[in-house]
Amino acid sequence: MALTIEEVRHIAQLARLKLTPEEERRYTEQLSDILDYAGRLSKIDTTAIPPTASVLPLRAPLRPDAVRPCPPQELILRNAPSDQEGMFRVPPVLDT
Amino acid sequence: MPSFEPVIGLEVHAELATLSKMFCGCPVVDSTNAEPNSSVCEICTGMPGTLPVINQRAVEFALRVALALNCDIAETSVFARKNYFYPDLPKGFQISQYEMPLAQNGWLDFETEDGDRRIRIRRVHLEEDTGKLLHREGYSLVDFNRSGVPLLEIVSEPDMHSTEDVKVFATSLRSLLRYLEVSSADMEKGIVRFEANVSLRSKGSQDLGTRTEVKNLNSFRAMVKALEYEIERQGQILMQGGEVQQETVGWDETRGVTVPQRSKEEAHDYRYFPEPDLPPLQIDPAWVDRIRNELPELPGAKRARFVSKYHLTPYAAALLVEERPVADYFEAAVAHDPGTSPTKIANWLTGEYFGLLNLAGVEIDRSKVSPQSFAELVAMVEREDINATSGKVVLEEIFETGGSPIEIVEARGLAQINDPQAIMDLVNQVLGENPKQVEQYFAGKTTISQWLFGQVMRAAGGRANPALVRANLEQALKNLEESCRSGE
Repeated sequence: MALTIEEVRHIAQLARLKLTPEEERRYTEQLSDILDYAGRLSKIDTTAIPPTASVLPLRAPLRPDAVRPCPPQELILRNAPSDQEGMFRVPPVLDT
Repeated sequence: MPSFEPVIGLEVHAELATLSKMFCGCPVVDSTNAEPNSSVCEICTGMPGTLPVINQRAVEFALRVALALNCDIAETSVFARKNYFYPDLPKGFQISQYEMPLAQNGWLDFETEDGDRRIRIRRVHLEEDTGKLLHREGYSLVDFNRSGVPLLEIVSEPDMHSTEDVKVFATSLRSLLRYLEVSSADMEKGIVRFEANVSLRSKGSQDLGTRTEVKNLNSFRAMVKALEYEIERQGQILMQGGEVQQETVGWDETRGVTVPQRSKEEAHDYRYFPEPDLPPLQIDPAWVDRIRNELPELPGAKRARFVSKYHLTPYAAALLVEERPVADYFEAAVAHDPGTSPTKIANWLTGEYFGLLNLAGVEIDRSKVSPQSFAELVAMVEREDINATSGKVVLEEIFETGGSPIEIVEARGLAQINDPQAIMDLVNQVLGENPKQVEQYFAGKTTISQWLFGQVMRAAGGRANPALVRANLEQALKNLEESCRSGE
């Protein structure tokens, strides 16, 4: 299941990663190997196996709908590269 | 010329009215006026090392809606990460549901002017809302108060074929969310948000054409206008032999047009995968049964009951049941005074009273007029203790002051004059004072009788029984005419 170099560039773009030509080649090879490895699963006959949502014997715990105090605004904004009027300031986002 | 039929489906997002967020204990605040980033923690901003925990009430609210929409509830459903980069998304992904949603395959029934409709519901799932962006010149500001608020997504099948269908579906769904007390469903505040996908096909065809997704529909009016525009635009393209582009468009309210939004192909490449931080959500069937048993009477059933029990028209019943507090008010008024016709109560409620409420911008459950006072008022009009004009005056006064209608009628001397002799005296007095108009009437200008009627009502201070005035006036004019003739 070979990935093309174009697919690797597309995936890198989606993840906002900038790859050198050497990395593009290397990851094409490595990702193809990984897909081949995982692809072995598709050879297994699963007709008699019910769909599996998770391999862990767990169910999601639920919490009661109760309010907990939040950290102060200044603390949260300390994670902002830049802030203004109590908000995170980011490069312009255009909707259109 | 080929004739096209629109094919429309809706995707609805509703913020759930829980106290805390979907996966953390931050309070859900009104993000239109709360201090920015005041209800934000390390979980809803996706700090490393934090773990989400599902809010039980959010699941319960989602189940209420799914059951009311006749969906199949999944005993096991799975949360998934929807990956994309946008500054309103602190984690770089949104926790949503993808392959195994909470509920599927339901429907919503409603009535339109063109008949009954059943719109199929494809799925109902839970996710978290994103933050809010404020665009400024040269930069943007982000408020994460809304980030992580429980969001219910409801997706319909493309079963709607007119803007009327869409409007009634959307209002019915909003009404349902309010009945179930799971969301304020306020459209202006963006608590409920509608997106439509629209395509055209030749009438009679079963194929689906290329669709566009229409966003930024901030009111029902905007929704109808945007869809009308989009149907017209696609029709023009197809008529000229062109092809509709599959794209997302936004409604521009000021210009009255739809404009293409994101066109990047990768915008829809979300690379969903199961949320590793959340095991599957298991729903106990006993819990589902309990919620089903506790569902309130829903708008559709209530409307049908109002028609059969109170003999209202389907139209009047639909007006009354759209908001549950209005329906409850109506029933309380009817129960207080079973002798008064429910139709009369409904007419006064949806007519004069709605007018006052709208004008004052007051919700009925905040009104100073109790259902009991309202029923007494309508009963007085029906018994002809007061006439309709006085009834309006009294309603306005009790709406302002919250007083008792009976006391106001007494205090202001509004009791209707029903005594035939008193009315005949007033009629004779008016005719005697206006010989010129009476002459004109006999000369053939019969419309003057309406003016004379007005004069009698005026002489009675507006309190005379109008039907009696009309009858007496007619009789008096007839008598005059006869005595004139026999005198000649």
